[in-house]
Amino acid sequence: MTTLIIGGGVVGLSIAFGLLQQGKSVLVLDGGDGDFRASRGNFGLVWIQGKGVDCPSYSTWSRRSAGLWPGYANDLKAASGIDVSLSQKGGVDYFTDEEELADKVSALEGLRTAVGGDYPFEVLDHTGLKKLVPQIGPKVVGGLYSPMDGHVNPLQLLKALTIGVKSLGGDIRTGAQVVEIKAADHAFTAILASGDHVEGGSIVLSAGLGAADLGESLGFKAPVRPQQGQVLITEKLPFFLEYPSGTLRQVNEGGVQVGASKAEIGPDDREDLETLAGLARHAVEVFPHLAKAKLVRSWAALRVMSPDGLPIYQRSAKYEGARFVTCHSGITLAAAHATLLPDWVMGTNQAPDLSDFSEARF
Amino acid sequence: MFVSFEPDAAETVVFEFEGQKISAPRGASVAAALLASGRPSLRATPVSGAPRGPFCMMGACFDCLVQIDGVTVQACMTSVADGLVVQQVPRTMSETQSDHMNGDGGFVEHVK
Repeated sequence: MTTLIIGGGVVGLSIAFGLLQQGKSVLVLDGGDGDFRASRGNFGLVWIQGKGVDCPSYSTWSRRSAGLWPGYANDLKAASGIDVSLSQKGGVDYFTDEEELADKVSALEGLRTAVGGDYPFEVLDHTGLKKLVPQIGPKVVGGLYSPMDGHVNPLQLLKALTIGVKSLGGDIRTGAQVVEIKAADHAFTAILASGDHVEGGSIVLSAGLGAADLGESLGFKAPVRPQQGQVLITEKLPFFLEYPSGTLRQVNEGGVQVGASKAEIGPDDREDLETLAGLARHAVEVFPHLAKAKLVRSWAALRVMSPDGLPIYQRSAKYEGARFVTCHSGITLAAAHATLLPDWVMGTNQAPDLSDFSEARF
Repeated sequence: MFVSFEPDAAETVVFEFEGQKISAPRGASVAAALLASGRPSLRATPVSGAPRGPFCMMGACFDCLVQIDGVTVQACMTSVADGLVVQQVPRTMSETQSDHMNGDGGFVEHVK
């Protein structure tokens, strides 16, 4: 019995990879190159600090995934030969405003209490932060360091997953745009734009923004919306940035990635100069030496957001064997998706409790 | 081995590369001048450290990168000038000029 996975981004492929590791048969239907693809435009963070301030179970789930990441990276390397450059030395959130820093500190202290005390982070003033990251500029008032954070090379991850899924015997069909799904218990037919019909005994809808159109046919609300983010990439620079932040990271090859704006402007993935200039200003405020760096690329991409920003894991109430998965942190959660979700997809008694992330909350 | 088509150029200028003075005909690109001075490799790649030098000579390949005033430029797209100071692209932070790290990020204050 083949499991159909609708959507071949990092979320869908991670689930496919995990199912294959458990000896299941999967067929991934991946859409067109012109689709919005969060997996090709994201920031590559495996990020924990600050996540789930209003939902401690999201913090715990994210952190569980971060803990599973080293093993996941090894599995990917074994299956694909690709090193995804996972680095988990910690992350730093930089602040140029004392009040914002103080607010963030109380948010993290509240979260630390909510998750039972195990939530390591350090508050650093300008001097303390300069010891850790000597390149910070005078406008940086301080920062938050947490050993829980890290990053990967997200494009290598997508490549490793694609090769890994195939090497474990999975099938990926590209350019396969699903326009309609016919559903019955344990019998699903995906109808493609080409007119082809593809059948499976169970189905995972992990189609990012595409879930909004396909969810209803499987009995899901699928309330996802796009949120635009823009990023800048510099030339390859001498290595200086050991610790990624939510807005600045230096990738393993030397380029600095600067992000990440947030705009609620619908399905629009065009950049604009004003936003990019703002990102550049922020980067130079934190790291003055970047003022002389040449930029080589910039792009906009769309996050996949639920109404409250938390993931959705939902088993269909209408059809046995249908699952819906969406999140905006597909990189951070990839290890949990590969390691823990297969049991949830198959409905075994090993399945993690994901009831906090059901659609019942909407 | 590169030989100038115009060995008797009317006018030469003297610029500096990695602290060494180099003469070149006015109007030549930094890349041409460095090739003519017997320097086929101008940098090491950031990832593997492999040597790289001017290849396309027309601004397309980005292999001839050098630094002027701490800014990375294409040597083939930059003309030599008297007193021009050219450096290799640094591979480590300690190789960067210390004055990169000062003040407000090196923005030029325009004269009002």
